[in-house]
Amino acid sequence: MATIRIPTPLRAYTEGESNIEVGGDTVGEALANLVGKHPELRMHLFQDDELRSFVNIFIGDEDIRFMQGLETEISADDNLRIIPSIAGGRQRK
Amino acid sequence: MKVKIGSDLQRGIFEQMEASYPNEAGGFLLGQARDGVVNILDIIQVENTFAEEEQYHRYAMKPQDWMRLEDEAEERGLSLVGYYHSHPDSPAIPSEYDREHALPNFVYIITSVMMAKATDMQVWQLRADRSVFDRGTLSIS
Repeated sequence: MATIRIPTPLRAYTEGESNIEVGGDTVGEALANLVGKHPELRMHLFQDDELRSFVNIFIGDEDIRFMQGLETEISADDNLRIIPSIAGGRQRK
Repeated sequence: MKVKIGSDLQRGIFEQMEASYPNEAGGFLLGQARDGVVNILDIIQVENTFAEEEQYHRYAMKPQDWMRLEDEAEERGLSLVGYYHSHPDSPAIPSEYDREHALPNFVYIITSVMMAKATDMQVWQLRADRSVFDRGTLSIS
């Protein structure tokens, strides 16, 4: 099974576990299995059925947005990582 | 939520924010969280990667910076406990843009910089249902 590394603030929803093993042939399937195991993650990763704009998924050093997105195929020894793109800013004037 | 930070680290944040004015600036907070108290033990400045013409009201960092600093924190026996950024000529209150790009269980320190002078620092945490930020208590030692 592939492994997904959870960002620090979301480990509150995985009983403190930083690495979760999940099945699936694609990134999308792996994430579906992850939120199946840990449902509280869903609202922070997805908006409707799309990844939130600030949520990035990396396979090794590669961002899946530059691959085939959620359809990117994965193998059992892949290490996936969820990385937020932190952003901020004041109200527009 | 209670957050503790040393006056030297707070001064470091203020100096970074004032030097970056009128643009926004930011970075990561490394430390330890226990029993509802977050101790900030280090700050790491991170480059603002937003388009330069938008940096007066926007701040963003590369995901690779998160990856690198999360690993570094853990190697040092610390955690990535939060993030800080400035609001130039605007109050230290989270915007809707902040909320949309935030995660719970993470400390958000916002510094208001008025006319190039850091004037206020507030700490916030996103509620678990993502609806709103709650203000925390900041203790300077």
